[in-house]
Amino acid sequence: MTTLAIPLPSRPVHPSGVWGWLTTVDHKRIGILYGVTAFIMFMTGGLEALYMRAQLSVPNNDLVSPDVFNQLFTMHGTTMIFLAIMPMGAAFFNYLIPLQIGARDVAFPRLNAFSYWTFLAGAIMLTSSWFLGGAPNAGWFGYSPLTGEAYNPGHGIDFWILSLQILGIASLAAAFNFIVTIVNMRAPGMSLMRMPLFTWMTLITSFLLILAFPVITVALIELMFDRFFGTNFFVPGAGASPVLWQHLFWIFGHPEVYILILPAMGIISEVVPTFTRKPIFGYPVMVLSGVIIGFMGWMVWSHHMFTVGLGPVANSVFAITTMAIAVPTGVKIFNWMGTMWKGSIDLRTPMLFAIGFIFMFIIGGLSGVMHSSAASDAQQQDTYFVVAHIHYVLFGGSIMALASGIYYWFPKMTGRMMNEGLGKLNFWLVFIGMNMTFFPMHFLGLDGMPRRIYTYDPEMGWNTWNALSSTGAAFLALGVLVFAVNLVRSARNGEEAGADPWDGRTLEWSIPSPPPEYNFAQIPTVHDRDPFWAQKREGVRAVPVAGGSGGDDEHSIHLPQPSYWPLLSSVGLLIGAYGLMYATSSLVALSVAVIGVSITMVSIYAWSFEPVNEPDGASEH
Amino acid sequence: MLKTNRRLLRYLGAVAFVLSLVLLGACGDAAIVAPDHPQSTFDASGPVARSQLALFYWIFGAAAFVFVTVVSVLLFIVFRFRRRPGDADPPQIHGNRRLEIGWTILPVVVLAVVAFPTVTTIFDNANSPEPGALTIDVVGHQWWWEFRYPHPDDANDVLVTANEMHIPVGEVVNINLESKDVIHSFWIPKLAGKVDMVPNNPNTMWIEADKPDVYLGQCAEFCGNVHALMRFRVVAESRADFDRWLGAEAEPADVPVEPLAVEGRAIFEGDGECWACHTVEGSSKARGTKGPNLTHVTRRSHIGAGIRENNQPNLRAWLTDPNSVKPGNVMFTDAAVYNDPQKSLKESDISALVAYLRSLD
Repeated sequence: MTTLAIPLPSRPVHPSGVWGWLTTVDHKRIGILYGVTAFIMFMTGGLEALYMRAQLSVPNNDLVSPDVFNQLFTMHGTTMIFLAIMPMGAAFFNYLIPLQIGARDVAFPRLNAFSYWTFLAGAIMLTSSWFLGGAPNAGWFGYSPLTGEAYNPGHGIDFWILSLQILGIASLAAAFNFIVTIVNMRAPGMSLMRMPLFTWMTLITSFLLILAFPVITVALIELMFDRFFGTNFFVPGAGASPVLWQHLFWIFGHPEVYILILPAMGIISEVVPTFTRKPIFGYPVMVLSGVIIGFMGWMVWSHHMFTVGLGPVANSVFAITTMAIAVPTGVKIFNWMGTMWKGSIDLRTPMLFAIGFIFMFIIGGLSGVMHSSAASDAQQQDTYFVVAHIHYVLFGGSIMALASGIYYWFPKMTGRMMNEGLGKLNFWLVFIGMNMTFFPMHFLGLDGMPRRIYTYDPEMGWNTWNALSSTGAAFLALGVLVFAVNLVRSARNGEEAGADPWDGRTLEWSIPSPPPEYNFAQIPTVHDRDPFWAQKREGVRAVPVAGGSGGDDEHSIHLPQPSYWPLLSSVGLLIGAYGLMYATSSLVALSVAVIGVSITMVSIYAWSFEPVNEPDGASEH
Repeated sequence: MLKTNRRLLRYLGAVAFVLSLVLLGACGDAAIVAPDHPQSTFDASGPVARSQLALFYWIFGAAAFVFVTVVSVLLFIVFRFRRRPGDADPPQIHGNRRLEIGWTILPVVVLAVVAFPTVTTIFDNANSPEPGALTIDVVGHQWWWEFRYPHPDDANDVLVTANEMHIPVGEVVNINLESKDVIHSFWIPKLAGKVDMVPNNPNTMWIEADKPDVYLGQCAEFCGNVHALMRFRVVAESRADFDRWLGAEAEPADVPVEPLAVEGRAIFEGDGECWACHTVEGSSKARGTKGPNLTHVTRRSHIGAGIRENNQPNLRAWLTDPNSVKPGNVMFTDAAVYNDPQKSLKESDISALVAYLRSLD
């Protein structure tokens, strides 16, 4: 690095306030940014859902127009999956993985910051569509040819395509980062089979991400070329088969389901042992079943296409593979119950959510097995029965587990406990609201109500269950509101948590809450699967004493310094995407696109020539 | 002793709670997922729907068994092993190989019980038992249905109607499914599970109705703006009635005699430009195929793809402001009379058009 074509501003040293957050490369701060953003997007997606439930609460309602309704369900699905559950999982990956494996940060801190800012760019891009001519309206799996120029001339689908592409970049960067981190940066003694299960599930999820996202990326590029440059990948009039899109989407889409649920399973596998004071039952089987689920997730995509007409042979094969995936999933449930058996079960809020997760995941799993029977599924496909199923898996499953994780790790992140009374209220409101909202949908589906209809006739016999479902949604909303209040209140003046409020088992509980920037004053040596528990109970000295000063070491710990470039390169992507959307019709937009891409290019260039640390800040943390 | 009893009571209470939930669900089945609801899958009225319902019950039974067993154990554990103040650490059990192998194999057995009838039913329903039986081509359009029958008098000709399908009861009817625009899905819940209508990807299915009735159907694959209003009816009637209907459908439209209807036809085939999209058999002008065939529209019970009863006030409302009846429908978005203020229909034009349409018996 002798000469640089452009003069670079020096690397920021100890920025504070907002500037500190904008340039941070600390995995904990990035985790919090992910979490807060995901929670806001979760509320946005929830608001969209409430609009839909209000519209459907009575027959022949005209609260929203059909077009707005179509935008609502498309945005609700896309937002909840890509902007709420996935990034909430990423929040936990970020915050916890280095703490659980005894590391001081992730492998590529600046890339980590880039992942977050790029995710935020995608979230802004997608959400802004509401205010820039209309949101996408073709459903979250965007079946061709409905997404084609001929049937969808507005920019809604363009927003959908470009924001998903941006989100894909964010996910891929994050996934590579976590794989490298988990593989390379474990504390001495932490063999793969001593890794906490949450870390294991993160590793599997990251592999799924890097294998699944390229498929959707290719599909989206083809669709984008159709719409922007007049190619014919998905234009039936030119001979294209719309089934191609479905295959591409679901080869991505089904592993995506496991991308959403495996981190949840990881969280439950941490919470259940802690609140029963027992090690996880059958650790090797838990790891293996996770790996098998991740692997088999690639063999079942066509169960989303049982009515497309793939023929009886394909339908039978995919029916059987889908049933088979229930086996490793069932094993996980039995092993959690085995962990609780003869345990000392403490029904604090995280555990309540964990048990709620197991209960509702059983229902979602069983309705999933019912769907796997292709012949019988012909009646349930595309009805409210499917809507019930996905919400039992993704709300009853993923969201309940994420809530459990928030209650569990909040004390570690903030140093304060969440309010237990509000937590229990939150749990019961959500639990009752969720079942009241989604259980009746099973009946509606079997009663012939298709999904994605904005209205129905009173004579169809769907009035009662729809009214009940909408009432449940109000309870659910109240529960989420209590959650939000609890988060804000507890962050400000919750009870002091101390380093280890739950009698935890893994390394993150061995350091102060909130952890210092460098996490571990001394990198621990691991001798056991539950290293901190082993130290507390059996005196196996694995980790330095909680809150220990680490005295002399503290100031010689090497930590990466903050950087502007990740943020700038993400901003460039956002500008470029907005420009690209209108680039084929406007020269100004084209130049905006060029400017945006240039900002990203220059930023990446500058980033790669950035000194590791400013010379005068080299030994600071 | 007392303690154990209390625990036992708690456990029994929990089990009773779960069982009552299941029972409630079962009663709910009977009362709310009522077979008399027009699209209930519990009132299977043909062999295809019946085999699917039988399979559903079978799997539901297996699922309910698993649910009750697992949740009972779960609740038992939660109540039995709750932490009490002063409890010591529980034994640190790391696993039990035999148990884990057991609960890996058990689900396999349950799933085999489900898999076998699944595969047989898939193959049973895949191919029509009578390939030579009456075959109807169904074409999906945004947001209506086109039904094409073999012409009773001329094997090479087709007879086209819309939104109301007639079939002979107690006979196998083969259906070819295709789409001219986006993906739709053909679904008559009481007769058969849905099959998608995919452009460039024709599908087939077969149905048979046990008893004469009017069966409701609806598009099941999201197909754009008013997907919710893409409905249809299947009239299953005796063979004699069916033949009579088919014969009548094969006739050209009546020539209107009432002066208002005659005026209506003039508008239909003239400045109204209805002819560009609609066919009326017998007219040399009205040969359009973009919209539903209207040759015998008055015989259909509903208009707008099964959304409004077919009567004078509804026809008037439809022609006056189609967008308020069916938002975003193609007639409203494409027809000049609704887009070009110079060409818009006058009150009197609409009266005449309604009279003409009412004459198409």
